[in-house]
Amino acid sequence: MAVSCMSARRELTVALTGELDHHGAKQVMQELDKRMDWELPRRLSIDMGGVTFMDSSGIAVLLRAHRRMAQLQGSMTVSNVPPQALRVFQAAGLHRVIDFV
Amino acid sequence: MRTKACNYVSVDFPSRSSNEGFARTVAACFAAQLDPTLEEVNDIKTAVSEAVTNAIVHAYPDTIGKVSMKLRLYEDNSVEIVVRDWGVGIADVEQARQPMYTTGGEERAGMGFTIMESFMDKLRLRSTPGKGTTVTMRRCISRRAGGR
Repeated sequence: MAVSCMSARRELTVALTGELDHHGAKQVMQELDKRMDWELPRRLSIDMGGVTFMDSSGIAVLLRAHRRMAQLQGSMTVSNVPPQALRVFQAAGLHRVIDFV
Repeated sequence: MRTKACNYVSVDFPSRSSNEGFARTVAACFAAQLDPTLEEVNDIKTAVSEAVTNAIVHAYPDTIGKVSMKLRLYEDNSVEIVVRDWGVGIADVEQARQPMYTTGGEERAGMGFTIMESFMDKLRLRSTPGKGTTVTMRRCISRRAGGR
């Protein structure tokens, strides 16, 4: 699982690449926590275009980031969700909570 | 009517998170004999990932234990997957199956059984506290025109 981050003017963009399962999610959460603590972003954009597999561990990653952005009174969007990951999000009803673009 | 198993495979592995990817790849490769669509393969991989992750995270919280996965192909073009552990077990299986219920903290979403139920045709969960848990899942694969 690879996590690459870019930030400018308190806008943090995170691109995820690889398999987002329980094994990979721990690393993503640690990296996101670290970058959000440092940047205190007003806006977080997560690009999932490079995710080749995802299970419910990905739901926990997004919900954690969403809670954190709410604490910072910021907004969060998730883009380029692959079809397999989208089925997992839809089964969990996550589209009611997360802003997918 | 229950049909006869026409092929099977069995694998045992330690409850290390690095084996999650291994387990779902084994399941996908084995189920490929039924000529599934990409979506069907992905559904099986996702359900297996959930079952195996549950065994790794919840069955053996402070130790490494054995996880067993058995797969059977049936003549009615279905695949059965049995994931078993000999860990702490589940006291209340009905509660464990509820959406958003988890004992895994913020790292887990509590959606594992919801995903397994959504992506597979049948799901059976049996558990005895202190003895372990067995998850049995079954998925029918659609027969395609001009197929095998």
